[in-house]
Amino acid sequence: MTRTFLGMPASALQRSFPSNAAKAVRDSQLRFNLRKATHTIRDKRASVVGELPDWEELRQAGKAIKDHTLRNLDRYLVQLEEAVTAAGGHVHWARDADEANRIVAGLVKATGETEVVKVKSMATQEIGLNEALAAEGVTAYETDLAELIVQLGDDWPSHILVPAIHRNRAEIREIFQERMGEWGRPAPEGLTDEPRALAEAARLHLRERFLSTKVAISGANFMIAETGTLVVLESEGNGRMCLTLPRTLISVVGIEKLLPSWRDLEVFLQLLPRSSTGERMNPYTSTWTGAAEGQEFHLVLLDNGRTHVLADEVGRQALRCIRCSACLNVCPVYERAGGHAYGSVYPGPIGAILTPQLRGLDSELDRSLPYASSLCGACYEVCPVAIDIPQVLVDLRAKARHPRAERLGMAAAGWIFNRPERLARAQRAGGRLRRFVPKRLPGPMSAWTDTRDIPDIPRESFRGWWDRTGGGDR
Amino acid sequence: MNSRDLILARVRGAVAGAPDVEVPRAYRGVTGDATGGATPAGGDRLIDLLAERLRDYRAIVHVVPEAEIASVVEEALTRRKTGRLVVPDGLPPAWLEREPRDREPYDTVGDDPELSAADLDGVDGVITGCAVAIAETGTIVLDAGHGQGRRALTLLPDYHLCVVGAGQIVAGVPDAVARLSPERPLTWISGPSATSDIELNRVEGVHGPRTLEVVIAR
Ligand code: SF4
Repeated sequence: MTRTFLGMPASALQRSFPSNAAKAVRDSQLRFNLRKATHTIRDKRASVVGELPDWEELRQAGKAIKDHTLRNLDRYLVQLEEAVTAAGGHVHWARDADEANRIVAGLVKATGETEVVKVKSMATQEIGLNEALAAEGVTAYETDLAELIVQLGDDWPSHILVPAIHRNRAEIREIFQERMGEWGRPAPEGLTDEPRALAEAARLHLRERFLSTKVAISGANFMIAETGTLVVLESEGNGRMCLTLPRTLISVVGIEKLLPSWRDLEVFLQLLPRSSTGERMNPYTSTWTGAAEGQEFHLVLLDNGRTHVLADEVGRQALRCIRCSACLNVCPVYERAGGHAYGSVYPGPIGAILTPQLRGLDSELDRSLPYASSLCGACYEVCPVAIDIPQVLVDLRAKARHPRAERLGMAAAGWIFNRPERLARAQRAGGRLRRFVPKRLPGPMSAWTDTRDIPDIPRESFRGWWDRTGGGDR
Repeated sequence: MNSRDLILARVRGAVAGAPDVEVPRAYRGVTGDATGGATPAGGDRLIDLLAERLRDYRAIVHVVPEAEIASVVEEALTRRKTGRLVVPDGLPPAWLEREPRDREPYDTVGDDPELSAADLDGVDGVITGCAVAIAETGTIVLDAGHGQGRRALTLLPDYHLCVVGAGQIVAGVPDAVARLSPERPLTWISGPSATSDIELNRVEGVHGPRTLEVVIAR
């Protein structure tokens, strides 16, 4: 399999998670922003989840609906295709990022337009659609406030739900003042760093564009096989603008976003908003079926490594993910390392299990991701579809090739532990040589002692002591 | 092999032999607890809950007897100094009835023939009914039906005034999903447009209407 593209430059794959993270933890502004943000959302989530007496039942239903869908994904995909087509939409299938980008670029060019507006979507970030469209002479404008900040700042998203979580208000003001003019209507004179003023600047900057752009590109949170309905949850109204006003709508959606029936929404429209923004309901949810209100509608179904994940008995549960980001907000590692260290559009605990499965364990970065966790289990506890992230991490650790020094060490340990005489001899040698053990190990083994102290080696092993004293009697 | 067949074949290969799963639905489902059918006490409880939850999202809420809808609507429009108001097809005319002696405080605009996006952007507000309202989450659902109009009508004007009838209020999300039709384009609205993208500070009003005012008829 050629490496699946996940929306990050190849250079990002050459550094491991620990070296990316080491850089991030030195950035005290970033750590302050992240801590404040993740703790705020985490508390809000806990309080609205606590309001529902049947949260655990909803969670179990959500998990089972997703598992059942994945088990019968072929059947439901075909049913969805029929329903969307019957409602006047067009369905396209894309095996990888390249094919999806080609399909979308072709559809945009067929309209004769050179500009599109976009609703925040993980799938289009994953395939690097904006860059692919730019290469074809089409400019894609992000319309979600956080995505706009990321796009104008020539930056990478660092959180699923709040992609500009690593920027504070002063930085955002600076980005708006310096860059808005290059992309369209410049920032107003005398722009302050009040969140209200910044949001207003974004409203003005994008208003013209919404009214005049003829093509929009979106993702979707859910697709209903039974009815062919797509569902988008959002807060700002930029989603409604993109879904409603343009003449042509193109939605790029991962094949795992499917739900069998309309009724299943009663579960997920409770699980998702409470888990993601910590609200009882997000400000706007739009649903549409096929060509709504005379629009031209195209659905691009994206594989891009998902069927590969589906084939793994342990790892396939990652496909239940509804991208709520609750696991990011409770993760002690994410809180300190930030989203960029994960080197893909999917950061945090879900990224640590999804990215290496989608992309394979070929790069240094992807082999290090399953270790980007203390296995504390907080992610599993908050996950609205009960993905056992620690279980998948441990499974991936077993699959990832370990560094050479560690492999040699483990092989040697295995050889010694295998026979009691060898262990006894090694322990005696250790006891005699204990004075010569350095505080830090040399060469490649230093990676181990950089973060730990070498334990003191006792003069005598327990077995040796027992033999000598007869269990303390002598 | 074309990509459709390839993806479907990959899926079949990936899940072959995997066990299927029963879906447990032990959560609170459809309650039938709607203001229309239930006891008056239950109805009042849902109305109060809806009002409280809407206010939590900083919507302006009035709970009034049905006979007073028109006067509350007129008061709201006067307070906002609304000049031009979009009125979708099928809106009950009674909601906009004014005392004959009153000065005409605003103009109404219909959507037939369809207003352009630029026209809609130029009006001051829109008044609609709704299809369903969910008490537990403080949500109003529009289905582009009578008295609601197409989706853009409640999107471009900066002010949305929505009238909710007592019989349209349901207890929870499952009740709403059961009542709604997937064939219609739906817009679920919970408070005015908002963002928390800047340091997680909630700011109301980005691209959608910055003010949502709701009149609930008892
Ligand atoms: S893994 Fe679970 S908690 Fe994390 S984003 Fe996905 S659904 Fe949410």
